[in-house]
Amino acid sequence: MTRHTLSVLVENKSGVLARVSALFSRRGFNIESLAVGPTENPDLSRMTIVADAESQPLEQITKQLNKLVEVIKIVELDATAAVQRELLLVKVRAPMADRTQVLQTAELFRAHVVDVNTDTVTLEATGTPDKLQALLAVLAPLGIKEMAQSGTVALGRGPRSMSGAGTLRPVERTA
Amino acid sequence: MTSTTPGGSATREAAEALTGVETTARSLEEAAAEPLTGISGAQSLVRSLEAVGVDVVFGIPGGAILPAYDPLFDSHVRHVLVRHEQGAGHAATGYAQATGRVGVCMATSGPGATNLVTPLADAYMDSVPMVAITGQVPSAAIGTDAFQEADIRGITMPITKHNFLVTDPDEIPQRIAEAFHLAATGRPGPVLVDIAKDALQATTDFSWPPRLDLPGYKPTTRPHGKQVREAAALVAAARRPVLYVGGGVIKAQASAELAELAELTGAPVVTTLMARGAFPDSHPQNLGMPGMHGNVTAVTALQKADLLVALGARFDDRVTGQLSSFAPGALVVHADIDPAEIGKNRKADVPIVGDARETIAELVTALRAEREAGRTADLSAWWAQLDQWRQKYPLGYDWPEDGALSPQYVIERLGAIAGPDAIYASGVGQHQMWAAQFIKYEKPGTWLNSGGLGTMGYAVPAAMGAKYGCPDTTVWAIDGDGCFQMTNQELATCAIEGIPIKVAIINNGNLGMVRQWQTLFYEGRYSNTKLHPVDDQGRPKPVRIPDFVALAEALGCVGLRCESKDDVDAVIEKAMAIDDAPVVIDFTVGADAQVWPMVAAGASNDDILAARGIRPVFGEGQV
Repeated sequence: MTRHTLSVLVENKSGVLARVSALFSRRGFNIESLAVGPTENPDLSRMTIVADAESQPLEQITKQLNKLVEVIKIVELDATAAVQRELLLVKVRAPMADRTQVLQTAELFRAHVVDVNTDTVTLEATGTPDKLQALLAVLAPLGIKEMAQSGTVALGRGPRSMSGAGTLRPVERTA
Repeated sequence: MTSTTPGGSATREAAEALTGVETTARSLEEAAAEPLTGISGAQSLVRSLEAVGVDVVFGIPGGAILPAYDPLFDSHVRHVLVRHEQGAGHAATGYAQATGRVGVCMATSGPGATNLVTPLADAYMDSVPMVAITGQVPSAAIGTDAFQEADIRGITMPITKHNFLVTDPDEIPQRIAEAFHLAATGRPGPVLVDIAKDALQATTDFSWPPRLDLPGYKPTTRPHGKQVREAAALVAAARRPVLYVGGGVIKAQASAELAELAELTGAPVVTTLMARGAFPDSHPQNLGMPGMHGNVTAVTALQKADLLVALGARFDDRVTGQLSSFAPGALVVHADIDPAEIGKNRKADVPIVGDARETIAELVTALRAEREAGRTADLSAWWAQLDQWRQKYPLGYDWPEDGALSPQYVIERLGAIAGPDAIYASGVGQHQMWAAQFIKYEKPGTWLNSGGLGTMGYAVPAAMGAKYGCPDTTVWAIDGDGCFQMTNQELATCAIEGIPIKVAIINNGNLGMVRQWQTLFYEGRYSNTKLHPVDDQGRPKPVRIPDFVALAEALGCVGLRCESKDDVDAVIEKAMAIDDAPVVIDFTVGADAQVWPMVAAGASNDDILAARGIRPVFGEGQV
């Protein structure tokens, strides 16, 4: 299995997320993560889907996605040619005795403190899934009370965009 | 309206209507396209249906859709009041398959809508252009588990090409136009439009044509020239080619182009269950049907081929058998309107995305160029081999040992007497396979069946829809006694609405195909497949439950019965002579007849049995 990141421009209409997620489950494809948000065009949303698949099933996924009427365009983002980020919020046990260590770890990972109280500190970190995993591994011995992590969002590197002129090449509509 | 090229579908005519090309109903459509202000959403809906060129809607009213039925009462769009919404859906499908136009059905919210689920799934699997319109509870009540509320848009997402929920009355014309455009173009399919009751009741303005807003919908109909030339080069070089023809050829109305291609190449043609009629059975190059119950030559031709040219076919498991051993020596040219079908089951060496008609026409042009360049292959050794198989393993059947009437004989005679101009709609099971095997189809759109979903109960309502669409054509439903008991209520609709279909019930008192599998794979343990009452020894009791002749008469039809070979022709001819009422013939046939040849589910096509226990010898050394 290989991990693939698909950036999918869809019409900003109700029910689109249900269609996309139902398609994955109906065709037996696994979604690793999925993030949906607005784009520069208010009529469009971008779904960033990370899926584990071999290349042949991946082709089937993109072809089936392309058949959804509300899907405008699909681009597979190559890890080396794209910026990929996740957002992590993590509430760490931080009594006074351990607090310095928590704050130093945060600094090392360029995480920000977004909430503090006598018992815990909440950190906000962004980065690749690997970096966030590394941060969590360091924080784990200190005691993670709670965490929330987003799916991956990603953009291709370089001047081209998915929707504008000089666009990124879509995953083939034809075979 | 849109720059999207219509085509690639059975509904070329409907698509042309959408883009303003001349049609016969043009004046009515033009009248319907006049703008109106201050009308109800329901009036806007009915005007939209008129403007898009609908001539008939099959449906049943109910609470949420009720506002639409009031203006429909005054419309030239005819409504056929069916007895169950499933009948409305299959009637729309039968109408679409027989005429090439979009079939339309209508139902109320909740149970009305959920009763359309089976025909929608059926139409989706067989790529039938169909629009279903359902009422929905008022928008303020959506999500509250209101009376007769069902999330039909959510329910039908995986079984429609697309669907809409409309809560704004101003959107109605646009959504209807989009629904018909989506249903008819590209790979055809069913589209559902769910309209909230308050949107039907609210005041709105109507104008036509509306703008279509489908930025993500751009079906590719024009094949890629380079791919077509590559395909032509493969065809010109192949020694054992087979044209593997699927239902897409019928949808694209490409039979004339296919005949040209077949004659230019001299290659054998196999027509799948969905493609029976796409190429004349009388043509010497037609090997017949491949697949689980295909004939030995058609199945084996695919297995031994060095090139498959798949045209509007999708390598369904019922055709390929065990995929890993399917056509092991063949290169594959796969042409389909739907890019997702290409490479889904079998890798394509030359993929071509496009409308079958355009693709085949361009393939013919490219092949002529190959010919002119002196590149053609000699197929005489291939044909010698195929003819040998054809001679050795023709389709056939044995008469039941107990002297009962042979179901194959009944179907064969029906095809011979009703002829190639009639339309045949079948249910699902043994009778369906026999009807695919023993009736000779000469023209596209004369064989209607539920191929993908395998919907028992399809035949009677589909025949009704086909007969409505083709009133001057004889339409036979060939049904099993199991299938018939699922949807025969629509015979009342046929009798009352003046739709004189003919029904041949192949009555073997059992769920025949399941029984056949029980015979072959479950040591003859007939668990829950007997429909006819039997005594302790398993012998049929001398009663008929139901008595199909009495049932037919109760439903306003002429009921006939036939139990012996000598009466078969006479009873069919008697039914053919009745044109003012639906006719039902109860053919009481033997229970033990089986469908052969057969490739067992999951087995390799190489292991086809020509008849029970008879394994063909193919003469490996000769090809």
